[in-house]
Amino acid sequence: MLNKEIRKHFPILDQEINGHPLVYLDSAATSQKPQQVIDALSNYYSLDNSNVHRGVHTLGNRATEGYENARDKVRAFINAKSTEEVIFMRGTTTALNMVAQSYGRANVGEGDEIVITYMEHHSNIIPWQQLAKEKGAVLKYVNLEEDGTLSLEKVREVITERTKIVSIMYVSNVLGTMNPIKEITEIAHSHGAVMVVDGAQAAPHLKIDVQLLDCDFLAFSGHKMCGPTGIGVLYGKKELLNNMEPVEFGGEMIDFVGLYDSTWKELPWKFEGGTPIIAGAIGLGAAIDFLEEIGMDNIERHEHELAGYAMKRMSEIEGLSIYGPLDPGKRAGMVTFNLNDVHPHDVATVLDMHGIAVRAGHHCAQPLMKWLEVSSTARASFYIYNTEEDVDRLVDGLRIAKEYFNDVY
Amino acid sequence: MSIKNLDQLYRSVIMDHYKNPRNKGIIDESNVTIDMNNPTCGDVIHLTLQVDDGIVKNAKFDGEGCSISMASASMMTQLVIGKKVDEALQAAHTFSDMMLGKEVDDTMDLGDLEALTGVSKFPARIKCATLAWKAMEKGVGSDSE
Repeated sequence: MLNKEIRKHFPILDQEINGHPLVYLDSAATSQKPQQVIDALSNYYSLDNSNVHRGVHTLGNRATEGYENARDKVRAFINAKSTEEVIFMRGTTTALNMVAQSYGRANVGEGDEIVITYMEHHSNIIPWQQLAKEKGAVLKYVNLEEDGTLSLEKVREVITERTKIVSIMYVSNVLGTMNPIKEITEIAHSHGAVMVVDGAQAAPHLKIDVQLLDCDFLAFSGHKMCGPTGIGVLYGKKELLNNMEPVEFGGEMIDFVGLYDSTWKELPWKFEGGTPIIAGAIGLGAAIDFLEEIGMDNIERHEHELAGYAMKRMSEIEGLSIYGPLDPGKRAGMVTFNLNDVHPHDVATVLDMHGIAVRAGHHCAQPLMKWLEVSSTARASFYIYNTEEDVDRLVDGLRIAKEYFNDVY
Repeated sequence: MSIKNLDQLYRSVIMDHYKNPRNKGIIDESNVTIDMNNPTCGDVIHLTLQVDDGIVKNAKFDGEGCSISMASASMMTQLVIGKKVDEALQAAHTFSDMMLGKEVDDTMDLGDLEALTGVSKFPARIKCATLAWKAMEKGVGSDSE
C-alpha cells in the first residue's frame, strides 16, 4: 500500500459530504487533482499565459516552452521514440475519433473489417460504427470469457486478412480487466492490421511502454490521471501519422496558405489546429511529474492490493455480486457490483448520504451491460489516495443500504 | 441524520409502489406507445396508453429502473387513468414544478404523488422521477395534436 500521506496532496478530499468525511471512489470517472497540478494551472495563468509558437515576446516563449516541455514529459511517460508522435487533443474520445476519421477513412474500404470487443467503452465503439457504415465495412466483436477476460484464441478467430483496424481497451472501465495488448498487437500485425489502444483506464494506473507494446495508436485522457479536464493524448507511430491527413484545419497547423491550396506543418503540430490546450498540457505535465515521483509500478501494486482487499471485504456481504475477473492480479483498482435487487442508483444514493461517492449506471458500456445481462451496475474505483479504511467505510455503507432496503421491503 | 435524510426520499408509499407497481404491463389495444430512456443511467420505460375522445382510458407501463423511477411511473399511471388529456398534461406540469421545489397548485389532488416531494432535495434523482411523466406528456401530447 502507498503512504497515506499522499491524501494530503489532494485538497478536495479534506471535506465532509452530508455530515461524513468524503470517501471518493469514482476515480475511474475522473480522478482528483493534487495541489501541484492546481498550482501549475494557476501559475501558468498568473505568470506565463500567452499564445504559443508565434510571439517573439518573452511570455510567448515561456508558454511555448511550458507546452512543449509537457509534450516531452508525455513522451517519456509512455516511452515514445519522439515528441513528433505525441499529439495533444481534448481527450480519449477526440483521439479515437481522429484515428477513425483520418486513418480509418483513408485505409478502410468496402468489405474490410474493424475488430473491437464486447467490453469497449462507447467512445471505442461508435467512431468505428460510423466508419463502418460510411465505408460499407464490417464491425466485428470479440466475445468475452466467462470471467470477463479476453482469450487470445478468440481474438485469433475474429481477426482475418480483411481486418484493417483492431481497437481494444487496455483496461476495462467496468470489469477492471487488464487486456494482453502486446499479444493482441502481434496478432493484428500478423494480419496486416493496425492496433489502436484505448488507454483511458490504463494510463493512470500502470506503466505504459508503447515501444514494448508495439501498438500503432494509443489514446488517453489527462483528467483520469490527476491532470485537468480537456486535455488528452494521441500517440501514433511516426510513419503512420506522417501519411495521415489532419481532420481539423485552421491556424497553428499550417505551413503555407494560398488562395486555393495550403500545406501543413510537420508532426505533431499538423494535427493541432487552433490555439492548443496550453494550460491543460502544462497541467498534465505536472500530473505526470507527480505520478512519476510515486512510481507507476507502486501505483499499480497499490491498486491490486486495494482491489483485492475490497473484493474480499465486499464478498462478505450476502447477496452482493461482483463482475469481472475474481483474481485481483488480473484487474485494475475497481470493483463493479450489484447488491441483491437493490437498484444501483438507490445504492449510490444511500452511500452518498454517508459521504461515499460511487458511480451507478451503465458506465458508457451498453453492449457490455447486455453481455452481463444487467441494465446497470454500481462501481467503486480506487486511486492512489484511497486506503483500506475507505474500503471499510464502503462496506459499512453497503450494509446500511442492504438493511435499509430490506427493512422497507 | 443520514437515515433521516434517506427517509425523506424513500417514503414508504414510494417503496410500496416500487414493490407492488400498479398498472404494470402492456395494453394490447393501446393507441399510444412511447419508449423513453434515460441515457445517462440506463432507466427505460415502455408506456402504452389508450386515449379515446380526449380521455386517457387506460395506461400501463413496463420497464426497468431504480425505485424512484418505477414508483413514479406507477403513480403516474394511477393518476392519469380517467383524466382528460389536458388534465393529464396539467398534472405533468404540476409534477414538474414539484420536482423543481416550486410551490404547487394545491387545488389538484396529487394523491400518492405527494410522497415524491422529497426527491426535489436530491438533484441527481429528479430525472429518475420525471422519466415516466415525460413519456406520458409526449404520448398524450402527440395524440391531441
